[in-house]
Amino acid sequence: MEWVNAVVQGILLGGLYALFATGLSLAFGVMRFVNLAHGDLAVLAAYLTLSTTNTMGVSIWWSMILVIVVMAAIGYVGQRAVFNRTLGDDPLPGILVSFGLGVVIQNALLEYYTATDERLDAGSIITESIKVNDDISIGWFPLITLIVAVALLVSLQLFLARTKMGRAFRATADDPETAQLMGIDHKHLYGLAMAIAFATVALAGVFLGARTTFAPSSGSSQLLFGFEAVVIGGLGSLWGTLLGGIVLGTSQTVGNQASIGWDLLTGHLVFLAVLLFRPHGLLGTGVRT
Amino acid sequence: MTGHTLTRNSRDAAIGTTVTLGVVVLLALFPLFGSASTQLTLIEVFYFLSLAQMWNLLAGFGGLVSVGQQGFVGIAAYTTFVLAEKNGLDPFLALVLAGVIVAVFSVPVAAFAFRLQGGYFAIGTWVIAEVFRLATLQIDSLGAGNVQSFTVRNTFANYDIDLRRDVIYWVALALAAGATFIVVFVLRSRLGLALRAVRDNPDGASGLGVNVTRARLTVWVMAAAWTGATGALIHLNSSTVTNRDAFSVLDWTALVIFIVIIGGVGSTTGPIIGVAIFWFISEQFEDADTWRFIILGGVAAVMAVFAPRGVYGLIQQWRPFQLFPVRARLRGPGLD
Repeated sequence: MEWVNAVVQGILLGGLYALFATGLSLAFGVMRFVNLAHGDLAVLAAYLTLSTTNTMGVSIWWSMILVIVVMAAIGYVGQRAVFNRTLGDDPLPGILVSFGLGVVIQNALLEYYTATDERLDAGSIITESIKVNDDISIGWFPLITLIVAVALLVSLQLFLARTKMGRAFRATADDPETAQLMGIDHKHLYGLAMAIAFATVALAGVFLGARTTFAPSSGSSQLLFGFEAVVIGGLGSLWGTLLGGIVLGTSQTVGNQASIGWDLLTGHLVFLAVLLFRPHGLLGTGVRT
Repeated sequence: MTGHTLTRNSRDAAIGTTVTLGVVVLLALFPLFGSASTQLTLIEVFYFLSLAQMWNLLAGFGGLVSVGQQGFVGIAAYTTFVLAEKNGLDPFLALVLAGVIVAVFSVPVAAFAFRLQGGYFAIGTWVIAEVFRLATLQIDSLGAGNVQSFTVRNTFANYDIDLRRDVIYWVALALAAGATFIVVFVLRSRLGLALRAVRDNPDGASGLGVNVTRARLTVWVMAAAWTGATGALIHLNSSTVTNRDAFSVLDWTALVIFIVIIGGVGSTTGPIIGVAIFWFISEQFEDADTWRFIILGGVAAVMAVFAPRGVYGLIQQWRPFQLFPVRARLRGPGLD
């Protein structure tokens, strides 16, 4: 029964990882951009939420909405002013800019907030749970996180599949030159994609900060988890991202059940195994290059 | 027929190489007349130059943008600890063996990481470095997360304090000069030609018969071995090994990347300029490590977008020169 519980908790944890992975997956899918500052941006959003909550005296959820809007705006401007200049055949500039940005964010947070662990106060919801039986209980907060992740992925999927703008996203992802000939302003579109990516990473950051303590250096491991979820699921597949998050989360909790302290290592090893045996991921087709 | 020849040698490069060799000789004699504190600063400059040349070889010429160099440094640190401190091997022989062992480790790393492209390759190497870090944390005899020391009683039994500092200094200088020599040597070889062809057009290069994977694997293993030996030296110098510091992405990868980007990626001179700037900035922020990261990271990020060839590239626009004979030019009547 303990093992069943480990799997259940792992699936719930997967919701958080899927939230982290969504923005990475979207930015890569639309403009082949890999944002190495992704995890640090999540932690930045958590700190901004903390400061907003403290100064305005509102609940973290109201602060979160404000922070998501601000982060989306930063994402749009950042893409248009900086990241758009790094796009092209050579991936080096994009990697370097985002990696440098991540290091700057992490150290600026350290300078301003110090290395003390912080936590967002989400109220009593954090401790409440649904008791299934003596061994298994499902925490409300992890359940809500998973539901939010699924809802986010469903709406993104619908947006990409059904709306005019979603079609423009897919067209630009498939063939940017032809899409431009058809009158699509790709620079604006990339800005919007990065705005959505920043908004989702802000959301992920707040859920992380309410679930557990965080510090300025917490970002890099979240980048690695989000990245692993994307690769396990398969590049360019949003459903794969959800599945990847769940596989990673389950690996970690089951690994920890097998031997305390082995959660991270087990997660990484499962990722490497997927890379070795299914290099295009569980749901990836391998058609995209 | 017309008297045209293809040559890599030029007056600039001849002067540059001679001056560089002169500087190396002068630096080698430094312990005889210089102060111990300057010597310690130079050791740090040398090992960062060695790491920077190797990262530049990978990213600037091999198209392999690794963010996992700390994995090689960490493995080397623990290997040296086991060999020298626990088994009484000479510390500098242990350093050489650490390089060899890291080279062995780097082959399976490539088997995984080479399946990923571009930015995903970068994060993939980071994950693998994390795997090494977490794995060493599970080995009790390596002290788990606790500080391990290279002691005077075991590791440095045959070295008094002055001899120890001098030998570490000379080895650091040899690693920095050697790293620069390796990159120049590789670029003048067939491998260097293959690498640049692969970097500029992978499909075209493989169409012309370049074995892309083999060329990349060769530099990958070379860079891993040299990075490993440098990692061993770094820890013999600090005389401690801790899990966090040995596998630090900020120290052994981020700073190194910033040095190369600011100096100039894809040139042999760039890392030398970069390490000089790095040394200057480090002196200004001696007690403020976070500010050092903010300034270097910020400058590197801006330069990656607006001056992708770094300070070296900016100097080239003003007056072209080359310190080392690596770029081939056509010479003969009607040229120059």
